[in-house]
Parts: sequence; C-alpha cells; structure tokens
Amino acid sequence: MKFITIDKKDWAKGIEKSRETYRLFGPVKEKNGFLIKSLDNDMLPDMEYHDSVLSAKSVLFPQSEKMMTTSLDESRDGHHIMNRADADYSPRAVIGLRPFDAKAIQLVKLNFDTKEYRDPYWCDAYEATTFVGLGINKPGFYDFSTSAGSGPFNEEGLDVLLADMDDTYLAKVLTDKGQAYMDACGFKTQADAKESQALIDVLKKEAQKNIVSRIHTDKLKEKTTLELHEAPFWDDIAFSCINCGTCTYVCPTCWCFDIQDETKQKTTSRFKNWDTCMSPLFTLHTTGHNPRDTKTQRVRQRFMHKLKYFVDKYDQGTMCVGCGRCVKSCPVNIDIREVCNLMNAYEKQE
Amino acid sequence: MENPYIPYPVRIDEIEIATEDKSLKTFKFVFLNKEDEEKFSYQAGQFAELSIPGVGEIPIGIASSPVEKGFVKFTVFRAGVVTTHLHNMKVGDIMGIRGPLGNWYPWDKLENKNVVIIGGGFAFTTLRSSIIYMLDPANRKKFKNIDVVYGARSPGMLLYRDELFEWESRDDINMHITVDGTDDPDWKYNKGFVPTIVEQKAPQADADTYAIICGPPIMIKFTMPALVKLGYKENQIIMSLENRMKCGIGMCGRCNIGKELVCKDGPVFTLEELNKTPKEY
Repeated sequence: MKFITIDKKDWAKGIEKSRETYRLFGPVKEKNGFLIKSLDNDMLPDMEYHDSVLSAKSVLFPQSEKMMTTSLDESRDGHHIMNRADADYSPRAVIGLRPFDAKAIQLVKLNFDTKEYRDPYWCDAYEATTFVGLGINKPGFYDFSTSAGSGPFNEEGLDVLLADMDDTYLAKVLTDKGQAYMDACGFKTQADAKESQALIDVLKKEAQKNIVSRIHTDKLKEKTTLELHEAPFWDDIAFSCINCGTCTYVCPTCWCFDIQDETKQKTTSRFKNWDTCMSPLFTLHTTGHNPRDTKTQRVRQRFMHKLKYFVDKYDQGTMCVGCGRCVKSCPVNIDIREVCNLMNAYEKQE
Repeated sequence: MENPYIPYPVRIDEIEIATEDKSLKTFKFVFLNKEDEEKFSYQAGQFAELSIPGVGEIPIGIASSPVEKGFVKFTVFRAGVVTTHLHNMKVGDIMGIRGPLGNWYPWDKLENKNVVIIGGGFAFTTLRSSIIYMLDPANRKKFKNIDVVYGARSPGMLLYRDELFEWESRDDINMHITVDGTDDPDWKYNKGFVPTIVEQKAPQADADTYAIICGPPIMIKFTMPALVKLGYKENQIIMSLENRMKCGIGMCGRCNIGKELVCKDGPVFTLEELNKTPKEY
C-alpha cells in the first residue's frame, strides 16, 4: 500500500491544482453547521470540521434531481417523449468525508446498483466520484461507528484515507482512482509504508478508545421478522416521535425517494426527491387506505428496515454505520442505539 | 446503460368504457417504436407504470395477454390524479409505459394443475390476461381444469362482459359469474357474493389444485375461510398485492412488506409467504 505525505502548506495549492480535472465537494461551514457541498472556485474544504449536519450522500443522491424532461407542446417533434436530463458526470472528488459516510455509500450502492436494475443517475455519479476520506482523530460524542461496521479510520468505500498529523496529512492511497487524484493534486512525497501504517494505527487506537457507546447486533438475524414486528416496545419508542423526518434526511444510508413531475410553461421535468418513511403520504393509497397509518407503524418501519429487513436481505450487517446524526438531530431524543439494543435483546414471552 | 425510469413512448389506440358507471376505461396502447414492444415482453400477472408527462405515473396490472400481439391493454379505475387525467385523454395522445414490472403468476408451477381463478370487482385485469393465456390453443393442454369465479356489484359492473359470456359457452373452462344483486329478469348466472359462490361452486382442493385470488380486501377476507373449508393450503393460495409505488423497480423504498418489495419481489405472493411478513398492505 502506498502512503504519501502532504505538507499542510502545500495542501491548498494541490487542491486548487486538482480543479483542472475534478469538480470538488467537501465540508463547508454554514449558519446551522457543516454541510458537504460543492466547492466553488475560491472555496477549500474546511478540514477542521467535526460533524456535518447532513452526510455526504447528496454528492451522489441530491435532495432533488432532475431525471428526465420533455416538451408538452404538440407542435414539436418528440413531444410527450421523455429524455434523460443533461447532467455533469465529469470526474468529481469529495474531500474530507468521514469514513462512516464512505461506508454508508457502499450500503446505499446495494440498493441502486443491482443485478436486475441500475439507477443510472446514482451509478454514473458514483463512477465519476473519487472519495478522499479524513480519519477522525477525536470522535464526537454521538459516534458509535466502531460497533456499526465502520470506525474512525475505516477504509471501506474510500479511495484515499487522510490522517491528520498536525503539520502534515498522511495519505493512504487505497485505489487507482485515489492515486489518480493524488497525481492531479501533485502530491507525490512518498512515505515509508510500515512507519506510516504504524502512525495511523496509533491515531486509530486512540480514536477508538474515545468511542464509548455501542450497539449490539449479533442476535438480530436469528429473530423472526414477525417476532420483532409484534414486540411490545414500539408504542413506547414512537410515543414522543413527531414524524418530522429529520432522522431520515440526516441519515447517510436512508435512500428512499419520491418521483414528481414539474411543469413550467410547455416543458415538463420529472424529479427524484428525498422522501421519508415518517410521512403518512409515503404509503397512502389512492383509496384512502394506508398500510402504515399510525406513527408507531412508521417509526417501526424505519428501525425494522435498518436493523432487520436490511440485515436479512443483504447479509452485510445493519443499515446503520453509527454516525450518530439521527441521535443528535432528533428533536425528541429517540435513540437508535437504545432501539437496536432493545431489538437485539428481545425475547418473545410465551 | 438502460435507464429503467424512462418510459417507452406509446400512443393511445383505443379507449373503451368498461363499466356502466363509466368509472373504468380500458386503454389500448401501441408502441411508437416497434422494438420497444419486444423489450416489453411480459407474463400474465405483471404490471407496468403508466406514465403521463407533467402529471405522473401509476402502477397498473397488464390486462392484455402475452399471446395477444401488437398492443398492450390496461383497464383503469378513475381514482386519483393520474388516473383522472388518463380518463380525460383521447385516442392518438402520446404518453409512456414503463415495464413490464414485478413477478407473475407461477406459470411453471401451475403446469398440469387445476387452476381456480377468483376475482371481484375491477381486480380482474391480470386475471383476464391469465385466462386468455391459458385458453390459447398452444397453452390449454398445459393445464387441467380451469374454474373461474368472478363477481361484481351488478351485471353492468362486470369487466370484459363479451369475453365472459363467450367463455361461458366453452367446455374447456368452468365459469361461475356472479353479481351481488340484479333486477334483470334475464340474468341467467349466479347471484350472491364471491365467497358464497366459491364455497358452492369452486372445486375441492387436492394436491394438484391452486387458487389465484384478486379482489377488494373485504372479498379476500371472507373468501379465505371458504378456501380453507375446501381444503386449500397456504401454499396453494396465490394472491396479487397492491401498495403505493413510485419507481416500480425496488429502489424508492415505500411498497415493502417486511423485506419483500411488492413492486419487485411481488406483486404475486402465496398466502404462505404473506403469512411470514407484516400485514402492511
């Protein structure tokens, strides 16, 4: 494995240089906290950030995305025939995303890139993207990633892992895509592999020690869906929920979306928009019947999807990477860690 | 790369009012590009997204049969935004179809079996597709007895009336048409709710008999005990579900019942399968 040392004095210049071939995304401070956004020409990724309010999922899965478009003007050729909307799939790089967000993108990939169908919008964006992660030296209070299949220096889904060494970044180049990005930045001071890994391991160990909360997931698989679905605790968990949907929007693995048409004069476009299973509209039938009519049903759906249905369907752990955003952002303190541990420990009373 | 969200362009070729209250219409579509028809090769029991630019999409069961070539047909109940718009469209209008989507009735498993088809109201579209498929001269010998129990509120609310009466006159299919009630003195078929007629007319189950059932929830609820009485086991009862859908290809996340997605893993499930999932449909 190749390691590169980047002097922080050269950092800005290198990032600027990469713009010749890459569109850049990264953490940006806004009024209500950090977001992972497209970086305008004079902007650098803010590498001092701790937690971003929203995850990096929007780089591949924008909150609202134009999918196709057509003319409703019957005097025009091809009216009412939908064509894919133009979009920029030139190389892009996300700088400084958190390792758990990179892992989350691998989980979302299971949904959008399947044997039967590929979502071309997500897949094209994924292929265009280089993921340059930043290890977390000081994990936040809500981070429980180590017990959720990720961790502060987890490499899954990353092309480059950066470790902050005060005056320098140590870059572990994980893929060819990552190497290409380092080349585009002009970062090429190679570091000794063994020594570098040892340095990263020290940071990783220290960081992992700081993560104190954890989830238990080992018994989720052996329980039946119906047993967990009918467990007595769902009303209690859902009691305080106001169905605001914040948990689903901040979640790096929540992939559900809505499709809506929008018409301006004679041009219509079809959009893919983030949706939330917390909304009654999500499942409302035209007849008025709603299979998930009550708040308890919707809260249960969210947790069952992440911690049971996903586990059974893909056999790749839970659909939670332990970023802690939903715990932090929930206005009524619903805590996925508690719910997960309740589910894992649940034994049906005969 | 194929884009599964982009519909095949179609032209409305024919619109037929399907029921006396005009709440259902049957639309016949032809593909603008001949090669799309081949790509749309489907099985009886599948559905498609009818796609109207500027309005939206709606998942509807395919009412035409794989053995009918040159067009596809859908019978649509006017209920919401898209279906109301569709009801107001005219012959010649251009729109789109995405599909075929979902699984289908288990035609391999049904070979050399007796098939009992039970339908109520307007949930008879994919059942019509299935009957046409089974009665096709190339296919009829693959199946043993075929029984059909189909009911609606009144004679004028039965879908595909001409075909129903034609099937009545055949000896390779046992039809049990019924209406909830009628004051028509010439009505020569059954009167009574579907569950009652099932109990009276449907064949007893043996290991070689399967029931396919589609209808409103209330009909299904009361037909189940009748089927149990006749000896049908959970794996011999085949159902087709509906849930709110958007993508139709298993990605948008709303139509799930447990880990199964009605759009991709369904819409066809056996009662045995459904009994293992939460009843979120």
